[in-house]
Amino acid sequence: MARKIPEINASSMADIAFLLLIFFLVTTTMNVDTGLPRMLPPIPDKDQKQDDVEVRKRNIFTVRINKSDKLLVNGEPMDIVFLKEKTKEFVVNPNNNPNLSEQEEKNIPLIGKYIVSKGVVSLQNDRGTSYKMYMKVQNELVAAYNEMREDLSRGTFGKPFDKLSEDEKDAVSKAIPSRISEAEPKNIGGK
Amino acid sequence: MPAISTASLPDIVFMLLFFFMVSTTMRETTLFVKTSLPSATEVAKLEKKSLVSYIYVGPPVKNMQAMLGTEPRIQLNDSFKTLDDIRDFISSERDAMSESDRPLLTTSLKVDEETRMGIVTDIKQELRKASALKINYAAKRVEKK
Repeated sequence: MARKIPEINASSMADIAFLLLIFFLVTTTMNVDTGLPRMLPPIPDKDQKQDDVEVRKRNIFTVRINKSDKLLVNGEPMDIVFLKEKTKEFVVNPNNNPNLSEQEEKNIPLIGKYIVSKGVVSLQNDRGTSYKMYMKVQNELVAAYNEMREDLSRGTFGKPFDKLSEDEKDAVSKAIPSRISEAEPKNIGGK
Repeated sequence: MPAISTASLPDIVFMLLFFFMVSTTMRETTLFVKTSLPSATEVAKLEKKSLVSYIYVGPPVKNMQAMLGTEPRIQLNDSFKTLDDIRDFISSERDAMSESDRPLLTTSLKVDEETRMGIVTDIKQELRKASALKINYAAKRVEKK
């Protein structure tokens, strides 16, 4: 007859596991880091001539934000809610308006002939602009480009942009290059 | 009445423990500045945490305000730093990475939304001088209207 093995008391096991659980809850964070990815322009060389990239005036879409967070778009005051549509209109220029960006037909792999805009969005801010407003404007500009890319990829490939293959994404990015430039900081008008 | 068996309780707790271990990341730095991030709709996830270095900008936390005031300050790693330290910070972050990863270094700017752009512009200029051009403005994701 086999001897009966006494059962090991496992009631403190739960306490140990709880202790570990609480330790991990305290020392770790749950949040995933998200943000707007951007590239800064490299510092220009001193020897390099300043005028090698000349952009015509109609191809620049200036967005200025002053220290009281008001927008001045191409010399006119504007509310932020219209900024996205205005940016899209400037880049696409559907009616070939001579005041909006120039268009140039290019041959793009996978898409074929596509009219690429030469427009550049130039963002200028004051030292007194709040970061919140700056981010709002950045977000609207990025949103404008993202929406145009979304439209193109749905129209050409029948899929949303983030479902495209790498090559297709490349083609769409070439057809609608995101050109948001930030001006060299200037110190005008004090703080 | 027989006692309810608690033998499976450790299993349940261990399961919870594993869930939290997998879904969370270790807290790396103690924040001395308040950074309530702005919100944006077009945000992208930051992939590969090992390639990211963080710059925190914001007013000092409540219990330090008596000593430091409320003017926004820069925090790198675990201490307050000035603008001039950013270049050293970037180069030390670069040295800590493997050679092949160095061009992929991303700087995440965690800036409090109430901050004025002056200090952010200065930081951006310093980053350009350090040729750390890939940056990421940290923001909370909000749904589109």
